Amino acid sequence: MTAAATVSDVTMRFSEHTALAGVSTSIEQNAITGLLGRNGAGKTTLMQLLTGHRVPSSGRVEVFGARPYENDDVLRRTCFIKEGQRYPDHFRVRDALHGASLLFPGWDADLAQTLLADFELPAGRPIKKLSRGMNSAVGIIIGLASRAPFTLFDEPYAGLDVVARHQFYDRLLADYAEHPRTILISTHLIEEIADLLERVLLIDRGRLLLDTDAESVRGSAVTVRGPVDRIRAFAAGHDLLHLDTLAGTGRAVVRLRSGGDGPDTSGLLAEPTNLQELVVAMSLAPPAPRHSSTDALQGVPR
Amino acid sequence: MNDDGGPIFRQVADLIENAIVDGSLAEESQAPSSNELAAFHRINPATAAKGLNQLVADGVLYKRRGVGMFVATGAREQLLKRRRSEFADQYLRPLMAEAQKLGIPATEVTDMIDNWESPR
Repeated sequence: MTAAATVSDVTMRFSEHTALAGVSTSIEQNAITGLLGRNGAGKTTLMQLLTGHRVPSSGRVEVFGARPYENDDVLRRTCFIKEGQRYPDHFRVRDALHGASLLFPGWDADLAQTLLADFELPAGRPIKKLSRGMNSAVGIIIGLASRAPFTLFDEPYAGLDVVARHQFYDRLLADYAEHPRTILISTHLIEEIADLLERVLLIDRGRLLLDTDAESVRGSAVTVRGPVDRIRAFAAGHDLLHLDTLAGTGRAVVRLRSGGDGPDTSGLLAEPTNLQELVVAMSLAPPAPRHSSTDALQGVPR
Repeated sequence: MNDDGGPIFRQVADLIENAIVDGSLAEESQAPSSNELAAFHRINPATAAKGLNQLVADGVLYKRRGVGMFVATGAREQLLKRRRSEFADQYLRPLMAEAQKLGIPATEVTDMIDNWESPR
């Protein structure tokens, strides 16, 4: 894989708090990567580092082969749509779009107009009079119409209704297919976006729990139900991420390891764990020892 | 796409195969592009392309440079042959397993099949 951005052993400390601890990963070029994790996991911090809004306490961040901090050449090719993006008070929608058109060399004004109509945004309305969802739509329009080679969306759809969100997915896919570029998107609405992703990063408490392609996540874990002792016997050859019990019956999320017995022979009811359930189970599981955490999935047979 | 844990690219390939088998996608006609498939199924275009490439590798589709993918002549026959060979494993195995669980002897299952009228 070719990397648009690399993060090497990056730690980010704020006075009392370590937001990222020794994170190493790379963002694949021209792929859509999902950045997943709980509130406060470190997603926004990672995006701020990738876009030169912060400098890491230690480690190295490179985008297009150079450090992004105060680097015009990198930043002109980067579009970062922040959660709850603020605009100057007197700005109307069209002022924000005009400003963005000056900033991004690849700006597509026609696409911006189409998206304005899609999201039913009145171009002349002052942005501070917009609802939360409409404010999010402004960010989405800028993010897509910028055609920036590296586009980051941080929780882009606060307040957007389900119809508008699907419009966003459709427009994103259509435009990305025509103009492939590197897209990093953080979201809590995992189920909605799972099939759009090519890569998945999961952060928890400042550490990377998953760094893999989306396809290999599918089928990498099973949710099993049945007698607790049988679940324990089955899970012994795998990773037991989460177990609920009720009167001797259990429900468990088990991450499969190569070499362990398949769930078919366990005498348990088994179904594949979808990405959202896996993220929940992994985020709730006690922190694993660091060495094996990031590539643990690679040995699982498909 | 559905959540049965099967790879999405395989599901994409299966859907195109189904269309070829039931005749809605004729031989030598053009298959949908990866971008069309991605938009339609709301999946990543790379995943859709992987499904198409699988079908090319299987000889079901072939590429015409600069034009797109087309259904190979003989693709339907090839798919029918493969699916017939998989039929027992895919459909008879679960049928007989359930029959055994319920204590229905094989002869009774055969009778049921003989007298089966497919619903209109």
